[in-house]
Amino acid sequence: MSGALRIPGAGRLSQAKTARFSFDGQSYSGIEGDTLASALLANGVHLVGRSFKYHRPRGFLSAGAEEPNALVEIKRDAARKTPNVRATVQELYDGLAAQSQNRWPSLAFDVGAVNDIASPLFSAGFYYKTFMWPKAAWKSLYEPKIRAAAGLGVAPDQPDPDHYSARFAHCDVLVLGGGAAGIAAALAAAETGVRVILADEQAEFGGSLRFESGAKIDGQDGFAWAQAAIARLKALDNVRVLSRATAFGYYAQNFVALVERVSDHLQNPGRDLPRERLWQVRAKRVVLATGAIERHMVFADNDRPGIMLASAARTYLNHYGVAVGRNVGVYTANDSAYAAAIDLKKAGVDVAAIVDLRDNPTGPVIDEARALGIEINFGRAVISAGGKLRVTSMTVQPKNGGGERTIPVDAILMSAGWTPSVHLFSQSRGKVAFNDETKRFVPGTYAQDCVSVGACNGTDGLSATIDEAYAAGAKAAKDTGAKAARGTKPKVDASESWSRGMLGAAPGAGPDTTVKAFVDFQNDVTAKDIRQAVHEGMRSIEHVKRFTTNGMATDQGKTSNMHGLAIAAETLGKPIPQVGLTTFRAPYTPVTFGSIVGHARGPLFDPTRKTAIHPWAEAQGAVFEDVGQWKRAWYFPKGGEDMHAAVDRECVTVRKTAGLFDASTLGKIEVVGPDAAKFMELLYTNPWEKLEPGRCRYGIMLREDGFIYDDGVVGRLAPDRFHVTTTTGGAPRVMNHMEDYLQTEFPHLNVWLTSTTEQWAVIAVQGPKSRDIIAPLVEGIDMSDEALPHMSVREGRICGVPTRLFRMSFSGERGFEVNVPADYGQAVWEALWAEGQKHGATAYGTEAMHVLRAEKGYIIVGQDTDGTVTPNDAGLDWAVGKKKTDFVGIRGMARPDLVAKGRKQLVGLKTKDPKVVLEEGAQVVADPKQAVPMKMIGHVTSSYWSENCGRSIALALVAGGRDRMGETLYVPMPDGVIEVEVAGMVFFDEKGERLNG
Amino acid sequence: MLLIRCPYCEEERPELEFRNAGEAHIARSADIAGESDDDFEKFFFIRSNPKGIIYERWRHMHGCARFFNAVRDTVSDKFLMTYKAGEPKPAKLPGASK
Ligand SMILES: [Zn+2]
Repeated sequence: MSGALRIPGAGRLSQAKTARFSFDGQSYSGIEGDTLASALLANGVHLVGRSFKYHRPRGFLSAGAEEPNALVEIKRDAARKTPNVRATVQELYDGLAAQSQNRWPSLAFDVGAVNDIASPLFSAGFYYKTFMWPKAAWKSLYEPKIRAAAGLGVAPDQPDPDHYSARFAHCDVLVLGGGAAGIAAALAAAETGVRVILADEQAEFGGSLRFESGAKIDGQDGFAWAQAAIARLKALDNVRVLSRATAFGYYAQNFVALVERVSDHLQNPGRDLPRERLWQVRAKRVVLATGAIERHMVFADNDRPGIMLASAARTYLNHYGVAVGRNVGVYTANDSAYAAAIDLKKAGVDVAAIVDLRDNPTGPVIDEARALGIEINFGRAVISAGGKLRVTSMTVQPKNGGGERTIPVDAILMSAGWTPSVHLFSQSRGKVAFNDETKRFVPGTYAQDCVSVGACNGTDGLSATIDEAYAAGAKAAKDTGAKAARGTKPKVDASESWSRGMLGAAPGAGPDTTVKAFVDFQNDVTAKDIRQAVHEGMRSIEHVKRFTTNGMATDQGKTSNMHGLAIAAETLGKPIPQVGLTTFRAPYTPVTFGSIVGHARGPLFDPTRKTAIHPWAEAQGAVFEDVGQWKRAWYFPKGGEDMHAAVDRECVTVRKTAGLFDASTLGKIEVVGPDAAKFMELLYTNPWEKLEPGRCRYGIMLREDGFIYDDGVVGRLAPDRFHVTTTTGGAPRVMNHMEDYLQTEFPHLNVWLTSTTEQWAVIAVQGPKSRDIIAPLVEGIDMSDEALPHMSVREGRICGVPTRLFRMSFSGERGFEVNVPADYGQAVWEALWAEGQKHGATAYGTEAMHVLRAEKGYIIVGQDTDGTVTPNDAGLDWAVGKKKTDFVGIRGMARPDLVAKGRKQLVGLKTKDPKVVLEEGAQVVADPKQAVPMKMIGHVTSSYWSENCGRSIALALVAGGRDRMGETLYVPMPDGVIEVEVAGMVFFDEKGERLNG
Repeated sequence: MLLIRCPYCEEERPELEFRNAGEAHIARSADIAGESDDDFEKFFFIRSNPKGIIYERWRHMHGCARFFNAVRDTVSDKFLMTYKAGEPKPAKLPGASK
């Protein structure tokens, strides 16, 4: 059994394949091909949720993506819990487990429903008015409470175990929507041979042909024709057909994003299948065939379970073979609901009455309904619905007032007319135009190379739709350079046609009433709320929308926007176009974060860069830190050392004997060419023309505004060749900065720039024994102090491989930096390490490197500077070429503010208590007794415990710092004020004798 | 995502390959050190930020790596044309909206 309301012989699903599923723990049977909605309805279940604000019982409004009510949680396992799934979209599979949301303790008895009784408190603007004061309470008290009580599903609390893939695609013609119009357009375009993609959000193509029993095309039933056409399209090499694929975003230059649900409908998806696939399609032409969405009637208690759109009831019957009730009522202002009544009546369902707001409509469907013996009431309104957990009756009254009559029903099918789906058109920045005659917004002015066809274009009737769509598909293909189509246009043999309907509240829910006639089901907005918003001064529809939240739920007002607009316009006494339509934005339907993130998560979120020496450090048990994308060895703990002990030992050993440090992450740029020196003169503050080949210089790079941008040691290898180093994090932007000037400001210079960061592994060997460690391995380089003085560079060989050997120091000790091709990095490191072992050398990490450089007062750009520090502020005036007439930053540096007195200058700080280590970022004040907020005169930029100095050391930017030598300043902290003395920046070996020690 | 035509590659490529580099046709003075405060302010700080046509620099960062100039309509976000660095401001714009 697949449900008592399944009608034998109706629908298109095979009765053979049953699927078991559960809802709120109760077990049911459905059929493969069902949606969760159709399967529940087949079992007579209408009550599936509680509403967002009032916790009112809700059922299914629709049979598709526009569903505002039937949101459930689908749970595959503990990590695969998806909240807010539309039951009308979720395909059934054997074992599916769904739960209702937003109710406690149960769906039938929900404590939150007290909000419904207290509803005057929850009217329009409620959130704004009630929770605005005190402001602080919003974050801590109101918002969490509202979130907890409101009807939002519960987010999963475990990482998503599924994977999501992404594809880029290009095509000539992209057709969005696979109903009659989309299929006709795709056929016309495909027959010319151009590349076509046809996408539809449903599992099966056909659109409204799923329920339109009166459609016949090329001699077949409409839906059967659609399946045959899709099979033909799928067989063509130039066509890609995507089902379960929702176009959710339309961006510039015909760039369309679609999400394809690959495995949510499968019982056992298998690990190799992605859950969803994001398609990013660039199309030369787009054909929008997105159809139209039926509107509900706005009357009192129109949200009771069992009250749904007429087309939904038809879909459940004609496609799924399910009757939505046994004794249904119909309430309409439009012909299309008659077709639902006729189909249900023919299937053996009692139709209690059709209530039609129109006075004396005529037409074939009305005649047919009458001939079937259905009671029809013209000029009447349904003024209320009875029942709570399920509709039990409808109360009917002449629309201008008079005697009431209550008719027992177990379902009400309603139709106020159809709203063209202009969402994607509007996203494409096209402007909609209001057709006053049909009361519809239809595509007006186009902004991109696209065209709308069929119901979304306001085209009525199947014949007209297919004519328009086929012509548009052929033209789109032709516009991309295709020849004329060779196929034949599908021929419509029979079709249905619908008239217009109405907008706004129906009689009985007018301005004089206080009933709950819902406009927006998902956000619980009633006709009264919209009127109230206007009465409280909202004039623009954008304001009405935000004040009432009409159309702001995840359904984006697919069923509610036009009603809301009409009620606002009526209340304002203005025509609809003057009040305006709200803007449609992506996504058309909710999109998972997973599909947007795709594979870019975990290790693939961002590249991880590792040096050639990384495996060695890892094997030694190094602790790593992230520096930008790089993993850098932070410290090398030995025998249970904590970080503090390891760093102390590393620092002391470097100064006592020697240390090896992996400096490979330093940025490296090769500046080559006849004008290389001229270029360097312009990009750095220092003079370069006279630097001899074989010598190095510490260079400072500024931005044009005069602030320090980067620094590094530069070696001149030859008159036309510089080996430039940059900070670890700065390499890409320094390269960009150099290229920018070379290409655009100094294009006359004959210079080539090459990033060589990853070409060289760099091993720093620092300490008194450094030369003894390196020398035995080096060939072709005289390593005496005379031949290779501090700040020089030579090319030669080490361990038999080429090297650029720098004599330089970032520790203040005699030091070298051995550059070797990266592939040899680890082998050379291991050879140096073996030599180092003989002298008791240590490997040291970035933390010890930082301490050692701070002991010497060497700055780190980006730590001791922050983009507002000039060379003078940093005490680096000596590095600025005084005779130079041009370099980037020369003018900026001379700006009045940058040469003014009292600027923050980099100085050393010594705590009065040598054991106290300051916190980096801590603020410095002159008078700790002043009132809060204190006047802050600077902040700590670097601070460490220095085992070599036997005390703490710190660098700080302090206003007028260099004039404060010896002054006592204060660093207020939560647990007390720390006294500090302003000192020079060099804490160790002030005379710099150890560089040659 | 926009498509941008690189005048060096002579191809339309996705925006992801490019990086904006600020307003175009702002020349750095050959005697920048001698500029007045006002002139330096104009050169370094003042940008036009128009509603409509803007001349700007882009770099084909993940392509040929060249800097070039582009004309874009800030209202429609459409690129009207691109041209090589160093070329003068175009006298005529194809398909300008105003
Ligand atoms: Zn290029």
